[in-house]
Amino acid sequence: MIDERLLKNEERAIYALRALYRSYGYQAYKMSKFEEYDLYLRNKDFLISDRIITFNDTDGKLMALKPDVTLSIVKNGDDQPGCKQKVCYNENVYRVSGSTRQFKEIMQTGLECIGSLDGYDVYEVVSLAAQSLALVSEDFILDVSHLGILTALLDGIGEEGGLRREIAHYIAEKNRHDLERLCRENGVSPERTDEICTFIGIYGEMDGVLERLRPLCRTATARQALGELEQLRALLRGSAYENRIHFDFSIVNDMDYYNGIVFKGFLGGICEGVLSGGQYDKLIRKMGRTGGAVGFALYLDLLEDLETAGRDYDVDVLLLYDGGTDPACVASEVRRMAASGKSVSAQRAVPAKLRYRELKDLRKEGRG
Amino acid sequence: MINVALPKGRLGDKVYDMFEAAGYECPSIRETNRKLIFENPDTGVRYFWVKPSDVSIYVERGAADIGVAGKDILLEYKPDIYELLDLQIGKCRMAVAAPKGFHDDGERTLKVATKFDNIARSYYAGRGRDIDIIKLNGSIEIAPILGLSDVIVDIVETGTTLRENDLEVVATVVPISARLIANKAAFKFKTGAIEEIVSKLKGLVERNGQDL
Repeated sequence: MIDERLLKNEERAIYALRALYRSYGYQAYKMSKFEEYDLYLRNKDFLISDRIITFNDTDGKLMALKPDVTLSIVKNGDDQPGCKQKVCYNENVYRVSGSTRQFKEIMQTGLECIGSLDGYDVYEVVSLAAQSLALVSEDFILDVSHLGILTALLDGIGEEGGLRREIAHYIAEKNRHDLERLCRENGVSPERTDEICTFIGIYGEMDGVLERLRPLCRTATARQALGELEQLRALLRGSAYENRIHFDFSIVNDMDYYNGIVFKGFLGGICEGVLSGGQYDKLIRKMGRTGGAVGFALYLDLLEDLETAGRDYDVDVLLLYDGGTDPACVASEVRRMAASGKSVSAQRAVPAKLRYRELKDLRKEGRG
Repeated sequence: MINVALPKGRLGDKVYDMFEAAGYECPSIRETNRKLIFENPDTGVRYFWVKPSDVSIYVERGAADIGVAGKDILLEYKPDIYELLDLQIGKCRMAVAAPKGFHDDGERTLKVATKFDNIARSYYAGRGRDIDIIKLNGSIEIAPILGLSDVIVDIVETGTTLRENDLEVVATVVPISARLIANKAAFKFKTGAIEEIVSKLKGLVERNGQDL
């Protein structure tokens, strides 16, 4: 029997999330801590940080402490036409963390769905992302975007990369003023500039966003993306958390790897996104596999920042004994208290910083 | 309650004036004392003064929901935040300056002294110029005079310091002004309150622009 009070936020989350993912048919996936560095070198733009801890293996091969889980899963899976590989994992990765800008061991849990995907699969993964957040805290927001909308919006503006990358950067910052300046300096027409800037202001609850988005979706690419968002919205209708899922197009993952639906999750009281995911069909193709892929990761190390009720005491009982106390008496007292659900620390003297609720002194009464 | 990180100093005073004019006054902030945190429950804001270069850290790490930082700091440290409004104050520019008459023939590595090494690196990388960055923490203007560097990349307001040291601007890297920034997660959970502040400040910026 697990006493939930003893578990840290992240430990409680691991257990609950594993049960959730297994209930949807995701198989646990265990992998090595190391991978050949070459895998990350070839796909470094896919990684959140391209700083990787490397070392030489005994045969001289350059290895890396795993900075990412998805690449290993994609590399090691097999294509089965018409089927989907559904895996979940709980792994430590090693990379430079966003706000600290230092290497950290990051515990992440997540899932990947790879293969012949359809609208249901994307919904299932988005829904599981929302349920994952809800299991950790009721106070969450899942922001969902569609890169097809952004692709359509930028179509015909400049070359791939360069200007488009800069525009995407300002959209991710909700930075309208610099976006206007950039468009002006690069000869983008005022009408087009206005359209792109309008896009920055469209976020919030799903129905309102779709209504404002419809008139802006004039190309086939944009209409297809809109259709996928509408389908997702329809599938989410009636779910317990639908008003916690918002559309927000400032979620901009790397467009060389990601396509379609992308999303990011936030919890009240944590200063950065705790969940990140999306469709990455382009990575799948780059790695020689067929079909599509969608998945997400939840960064469990960030859950440390969630407020938890502070403990007033380190132990319920401080049990004091000395050389004259019968050890059998100490053992019996500790057993009795532990069995009654109390935590007990048996000591010969009072530890300086130990906070205890009750003191039981066996030094006089427990002589053998 | 919205937590606002203000940059200490002259710019911070101007920024607070704007917040006050927008309806987010906190009279205790005007009192002369050494307090750093000021709160007005009626207007729902809590201000605190921090070092200007630290504002983006307070906002990125969520200690402040919003804050005001110079574009120079945002470009240098690239915090993961929303940049919601150009307040059009604290205007200056990031520029390359060199001793008068300096000519960069491009034949050798250019020695660049600066406090803003990331901005300088990205500016010259965009031009394919090979440079040697010399990171300094102050009195940048002295570096080319003593032969430590060929040029400097620094903030130029009026250009007086440059002129007095026989330096001149040879290129503008980027215009700078104060920007209203927001923590991404805070924006999700306090959207309405932050949007209202942005909207009121925006109105003020537009009115100030028309008055000029």
